[in-house]
Amino acid sequence: MSERPRSGIRGARLLRHRGAAAGLAVVSAVLLLALFAPWIAPYDPGTQALDSGLSPPSVSHWLGQDKLGRDIFSRLAFGSRVSLAVGLGTVSISLLLGLLAGSLAGFFGGRTDRLLMRLADMLLAFPGILLAIGITAVLGPSLRNVLIALSVLGWVGYARLVRAQVLQVRELEFVQAAQAVGSPPARLLLRHILPNALSPILVEATFGIARAIVAEAGLSFLGLGVQPPTPSWGAMISEGRHFLFVAPHLTLAPGIAIMLTVMAFNFIGDGLRDALDVREEIR
Amino acid sequence: MGRILVARLWQAVPVVLGVVTIVFLLIHLIPGDPVEIMLGENAVAAQKEELRKELKLDRPLATQYVEFLSGLFRGDLGTSFRSREPVLREILSRFPATLLLALASLLAALLVSLPLGVLSAMRPRSAVDHLCGLFSMLGLSMPNFWLGPLLILLFSIQLGLLPVGGWGSAAHLVLPAATMGTGMAAILTRMLRASLLEEIRREYVQAAAARGLSRRAAVLRHALRNALIPVLTVLGLQFGSLLGGSVITETIFSWPGIGRLTLQAIEARDYPLVQGCILFLAVLTVAVNLLTDLLYLRLDPRIRVE
Repeated sequence: MSERPRSGIRGARLLRHRGAAAGLAVVSAVLLLALFAPWIAPYDPGTQALDSGLSPPSVSHWLGQDKLGRDIFSRLAFGSRVSLAVGLGTVSISLLLGLLAGSLAGFFGGRTDRLLMRLADMLLAFPGILLAIGITAVLGPSLRNVLIALSVLGWVGYARLVRAQVLQVRELEFVQAAQAVGSPPARLLLRHILPNALSPILVEATFGIARAIVAEAGLSFLGLGVQPPTPSWGAMISEGRHFLFVAPHLTLAPGIAIMLTVMAFNFIGDGLRDALDVREEIR
Repeated sequence: MGRILVARLWQAVPVVLGVVTIVFLLIHLIPGDPVEIMLGENAVAAQKEELRKELKLDRPLATQYVEFLSGLFRGDLGTSFRSREPVLREILSRFPATLLLALASLLAALLVSLPLGVLSAMRPRSAVDHLCGLFSMLGLSMPNFWLGPLLILLFSIQLGLLPVGGWGSAAHLVLPAATMGTGMAAILTRMLRASLLEEIRREYVQAAAARGLSRRAAVLRHALRNALIPVLTVLGLQFGSLLGGSVITETIFSWPGIGRLTLQAIEARDYPLVQGCILFLAVLTVAVNLLTDLLYLRLDPRIRVE
């Protein structure tokens, strides 16, 4: 095991990565937008003004108005809550499930291990968001079901990471000694295995947030995500694309918001990978 | 080689069986009564009973599962609830369109990523490299459902060069293929750059240069061949996600493939067809991954020795 650098040094290394620094700035801005949406948004996101529907950006409506005359900037601000909630929520649930499955597979080995890893293979056989599409299609569209659908697949990556770490650490002498004196697996997990697996997990989680945000927006785009009138970036693109000829701003604004947010998380992930010296496949 | 082939095929069996089981269980995840959801609340009791019988939902779960499996062996994926056509026939009629789009996207991705990856790796940390890096990051972060409308806005509405959507000519293929191919091009560019940089550092490339070969020739003739092997694996694995992404891209461009069929089936609550589409795409992905694996074995003798 290599000696881990102090967190201050790693933080400095992350900030030296220009992309990651920019990413952190964008993510902080989106986080503030989501937290303070009711104060930042100039209008209620649901208030309609049918006579000024599809109006282009103006002084009173910075990003214009949608088909029903709702203020696009306000909807964007409230929509950021859905994106971040799904991004962070999916990663948290997946991480918990992955920790559990990975440590079960690693500690018990044998049949438990084979069963869990086979299940992971089966889930990975479904390409892209296809399984999530299937699950939300049968469960019905809602925020909760989007979280379920994305977490069903999300845990696999973390489980593999944790399992690999358990297998490695389990063989170390001091761990075997700890086990021999009756140290419970949970303690072993918290004291020895998690700290070692933390770097790759952190990197994986950062990319995971980006993937979940795209997946949620994709499901909402298909009508399988959060239901109207709750604003969601994906649904805003879907509504807007029918007016591409007359009002392209309906599509452009939420698209840029998604792209910037996703790119920000990807840049942070890249920066973390470099700063923490994590080697992994490029996805 | 033969033994590895058999072993890989054997490994794929439980995965396919698992995929089939998950897809079979999907319809049973529907909260409430699937028959009522499919027919609507106003359906007559006799109608509901008939559909329940047709979907075999009136039998025990285990019996349903066995019949589902035996149906699959006979190539029977059930009957579409709306069109009354066999599900497999509907899917197969849409398959050529999906395959064409996926292959065109793959080709587009390769045409873009090969030169970009090589350029980046030949001059790491140069302006060209940074530009390629920015392109990959943009490509990775730009979801299909936004890139598609954006391309329509630019090439169909503003410039009037390409059709907004539909099917029928080569021009119809360009925008959907570009939409689906961009993310993949980004991944392949990053992958090729990393893999080529690693190869360039190796002794045989230095040796080729020492023999008087130009750097470019050494890279293109020797390093690139080896660098392409891991890229190929990623290509195969990514092909599956292209198929998964087809639901969104085909919907944007009204492309008559399986992806669009899937969404139409979901909107019509035609669950047998939804099941069939998802199963077909997933099994196809397993098959492509298996093929990639085998191709990898053929291309890289080092693995065969292991």
